[in-house]
Amino acid sequence: MDSHNLIEVRNLRQTLSGQEILKGVDLNVPKGQTLVLLGQSGGGKSVFLKHLIGLMRPLSGSIKIEGLEISRLSERELEPVRRKIGMLFQDGALFDSMTVFDNVAFPLRERGERSEKVIRDKVARSLELVSLQGQENKMPVNLSGGMRKRASLARAVISEPSCILYDEPTAGLDPIVSDTINRLIRRLQSQLKVTSIVVTHDMTSTNHVADQVALLREGRIHFTGTLSALHSSTDPVLRDFIEGRSHEID
Amino acid sequence: MKFPYSFPLTRSFCTYLGQTAFLAGETFSSIFAGRIRWKLVVNQIVEMGFGSQAVVIITGAFTGAVFTAQTFFQFNTLNMSSAVGPVVSVALCRELGPVLTGLMVAGRVGAAMSAEIGTMKVTEQIDALRALAVNPVDYLVVPRAVAMLISMPLLVGECLFFGILASYFVAVSLLNVGSIYFLHNMWNFTHGKDIIMAMSKAIIFAILIVFIGCQQGLTTRNGAVGVGRATTEAVVISSLSILIGNFFLTIALNIIFPAGVR
Repeated sequence: MDSHNLIEVRNLRQTLSGQEILKGVDLNVPKGQTLVLLGQSGGGKSVFLKHLIGLMRPLSGSIKIEGLEISRLSERELEPVRRKIGMLFQDGALFDSMTVFDNVAFPLRERGERSEKVIRDKVARSLELVSLQGQENKMPVNLSGGMRKRASLARAVISEPSCILYDEPTAGLDPIVSDTINRLIRRLQSQLKVTSIVVTHDMTSTNHVADQVALLREGRIHFTGTLSALHSSTDPVLRDFIEGRSHEID
Repeated sequence: MKFPYSFPLTRSFCTYLGQTAFLAGETFSSIFAGRIRWKLVVNQIVEMGFGSQAVVIITGAFTGAVFTAQTFFQFNTLNMSSAVGPVVSVALCRELGPVLTGLMVAGRVGAAMSAEIGTMKVTEQIDALRALAVNPVDYLVVPRAVAMLISMPLLVGECLFFGILASYFVAVSLLNVGSIYFLHNMWNFTHGKDIIMAMSKAIIFAILIVFIGCQQGLTTRNGAVGVGRATTEAVVISSLSILIGNFFLTIALNIIFPAGVR
């Protein structure tokens, strides 16, 4: 294990409904950096992301977080690992029976924080970080898509994780809200110094937030490198992806 | 050896039983390890137990009333109308009370449980719980199981009380059965073991309803259609399990507590 890397994935394989989604993924995520994982819709990016927090078990392969092999840990053994990682789900996955305040306070309460004053202060700071002050008493159903994602992000960062996983953070959002989310990811990285993995197919978002880029294609990592290496590449697959070109109907 | 595995239905039935048993095992292990969120238990007691009272009282009262009337019409031709009280109370305690309460609670609570957990599953809220290092069994199933194990015997007790009360009212006030005969015979022929039988069934039915409802919810797939299917299946499977289980429970409990012997 290279101490420079927070996450190391080796030969990760996964099959869903008889179809091989991941065919041996190898990827390193350096500490303190934002890695953007690009790939087509339905290409297994979200599946890959869920493996990193133990929400899915690999068919084979190895996943190490800070040197700890997590692929064979039980649900209870995974809990300390999950406490170090925050995750933003594609649709926010806010608990719809709770207000925004209770959603954001949830990780603190579950980790034994009893002081309501401490909880109130931390929730206020988290909501301020995502520019959602004054929305504490709203139910998730009354929030827009962008607000739901920001509230979910506030919930993910409140316990100060060392790594945040973003599953399609800008999917389904208009360009202005997408830009807000991108700035937020950047701000969180600069303020909290977290390692981030962003799964997306949005090149605008990639250009905003990425330190490192990886492209997942046909179940394998096709490219890893810096953002400038991605843009200067002459690989036709990468060029098609960057320029949004399809050959399917030609 | 290949026979049972060659039938997908047999295989899926065995898988379902295994998953439900595993869920029950995990839940009881959490309960015995003290991983109980009492605030959630209280919320669930209010939701399941308190909220089911009206339906259980009405079910118990009208079952007691109609059973009394039918028993009276038949027994009166044999001049045995004073036997109405014990017949109704023993039948309510041993069969009708727990079974009808179980069916009503399965319809009301089992469906709600499955729909709520199923919706959480398809909207990734259960994955969010896991990602936040919260075990979904501890958070969702344990409070429901504890609340159900507390509520169900109380609901059955309530059903019996209102069933017998309605029976007394119909027999004494409407059908002119002597109050003393009714009460004396009922008291003489209804034993503590009849109540124990009712409570034993209540606990078994609570276990069936909670684990079938939660298992259906936790394995929901395919969005809103899947939630609808899981909810329907939860009600159907738990109702059938209560009816089928009741037969075997009656046989087993009658061996342990034979009828007519104090």
